[in-house]
Amino acid sequence: MNIAELLAGKRVCICGGPGGVGKTTTSAAIALGMAAQGAKVAVVTIDPAKRLANALGLKELGNEPRRVDPSRLSGAGEVNGELWAMMLDPKRTFDELIERIAPSVERAEEIKRNRVYSELSTAVSGSQEFTAIAKLYDLDRAGEFDLLVLDTPPSRNALDFLDAPGRLTAFLEGRALKTFIKPTGLGMRVLGRGASPLLGVVRRITGIDLLSDLSTFFGLLGGMTDDFSVRAAGVERMLRAETTSFIVVTSAQNDSIEETIWFGRTLESSGFPFAGAIVNRVHHDLLGDRDPEDVSAALESGLGAELATRVAENLHDYHVLARRDERNVARLTAEIGTRPLLLVPHLDDDVHDVEGLLRVHRYLFAPDDERDQMLADVVA
Amino acid sequence: MAALLDKRLIFVTGKGGVGKSTVAIALGLVAARSGLRCIVAELAAQERIQRAFDHEGEHFAEVQLAHNLFTISIDPQHAMEEYLRIKAGPLGHALSASRVFNAFAMATPGMRELLSIGKVWELAQLERRTSDAAPYDLVIVDAPATGHGLGILKTPRTFAEIAMVGPIAHQGRAIADTIDDRSFTGIVAVATPEEMPVNETLALGEALEHDGLGLDAVVVNALYPRRFSDDGDLSSLNAALAATTDAHARAALKAALSEHARASSQREQRDRLAASLRSEPIELPYLFVGELGPEQLESLADVLEPGLRAG
Repeated sequence: MNIAELLAGKRVCICGGPGGVGKTTTSAAIALGMAAQGAKVAVVTIDPAKRLANALGLKELGNEPRRVDPSRLSGAGEVNGELWAMMLDPKRTFDELIERIAPSVERAEEIKRNRVYSELSTAVSGSQEFTAIAKLYDLDRAGEFDLLVLDTPPSRNALDFLDAPGRLTAFLEGRALKTFIKPTGLGMRVLGRGASPLLGVVRRITGIDLLSDLSTFFGLLGGMTDDFSVRAAGVERMLRAETTSFIVVTSAQNDSIEETIWFGRTLESSGFPFAGAIVNRVHHDLLGDRDPEDVSAALESGLGAELATRVAENLHDYHVLARRDERNVARLTAEIGTRPLLLVPHLDDDVHDVEGLLRVHRYLFAPDDERDQMLADVVA
Repeated sequence: MAALLDKRLIFVTGKGGVGKSTVAIALGLVAARSGLRCIVAELAAQERIQRAFDHEGEHFAEVQLAHNLFTISIDPQHAMEEYLRIKAGPLGHALSASRVFNAFAMATPGMRELLSIGKVWELAQLERRTSDAAPYDLVIVDAPATGHGLGILKTPRTFAEIAMVGPIAHQGRAIADTIDDRSFTGIVAVATPEEMPVNETLALGEALEHDGLGLDAVVVNALYPRRFSDDGDLSSLNAALAATTDAHARAALKAALSEHARASSQREQRDRLAASLRSEPIELPYLFVGELGPEQLESLADVLEPGLRAG
């Protein structure tokens, strides 16, 4: 199965997985491939490599998708649809969200000036995840694209992507805080002394100003907290929809596979539509059962003994990695069951330009037999 | 060498997938060898470090890995419970058992980071507030990926500024002062010699300088050996590939050419990084093994040790 078959009829594709495995390039390659097949596709990415960003014309920030000039994609063959791309600006996305749901321009400005808000929208981890999902949701609702591809933000742990937006939403809804803060005519104020012995401890531990700062913030948000709840429910529906696919992108290294298995299990147990996996940078077995010594002997006449030995040593080292990758891919295959798993070989250089994108794209979109042939060509 | 290992607290950071945990442990091994009682703290509950030493299943406790070398996996929830127990006694117990309070604390933006870094700070104190805990000479933090890594360094100051008065402000300020004290705290960036990790390391260096901090060392991890020369070897390999039809010989030659291309592109990235740094980065070799175990980590420590001395 290739990616085009996997994503047939889908409206949202979320590429998650561990850090440093080529998620951005893979997301862009998926978007390009689907556009080539005739769809109008937008890829939302956070931190693309400069060369890739330049190549796709992502320099001009706007926090809205822009169409990638088709002439830049000539290497992809005929592109029947449209490829659009955007680089997410988390702070700006957050501001726009506040502007949209605030009851007045003045209130929106006041919130944007608030200290708690400015921390929330920039410094705090989770704001990238939260805004990425918020943007995805708005693009989905606007319905201008056949398919949206989201490159999830870089984080230590793939699971952050699932946890962080919920945590922030819970905070914005202010549910937990309602116990500590009571609404008054002018906003909210911290419950009085003696409200409960627990509160006394809270105050002693946190310091009263933090609570009053928070209460000012929630006072400003006022009825908007309900909008956050409504949106959160909508986001939840989108993430679980039949037309959404989570694709896990990983490398074949032990830690990445470990994290991917964990991530996949969480997707599964939480009921998210986990559609398949892509393993990048796979070392394919070049040696089979043959002894590297034999290879060295076969090469000696052409290369001389000394160079032939180095070539054989290199092959031996490569083979160690190939066996590791084979083991890890087998583990992942057993884990994800009947879901498709696509392999992209370890390519010769860093893949951070259109050229590299096209190469990855060919592996992801080739029909099964053609892909097998391409892998065979790597080997022979 | 010293400058780095004379510090009391070292944050090891870098882009995802560059081997931060590996470098953090190797650094810990070097410190332990030189007689320092050292702990490597992971800030995500992944227990990678324990796994590398074939330990399994000790959650959020200080675990001994080797002579002088310990590890802990820090979890914000657990750190909060400990903090409450110490600060508020029996009431703290009641509080940490309260679902409402937990939801409040965990939902407050930045609170998780503050609790995690608070625990790191506690580990680095000569007088530990957790009862009967022995002090460490050095705490090495296997920090989150760069973007978040910087965030976590700023969290205490942010909280101190928001809270202004009270225990959180006080605590936040104490932690922030510790981090800003460059004789106490060091920051090590890890990059693989590839475009994105190098970019991120350079961006991190700039951002730190902007905040009056800086990188104390940069480690280039997983550098391929230079097995084949650009001139002679390369043309011999190409000529041999054109001349042979033997499948295995072709595979071996292709692997050699591919390795050469990769090693060259790595050298370019390494040079680009080195050109922008004030001091030479420390290089660690790519290890062609199925899995990194204690033996490989020791061998990386062997390479790291003179590298630290030179830097």
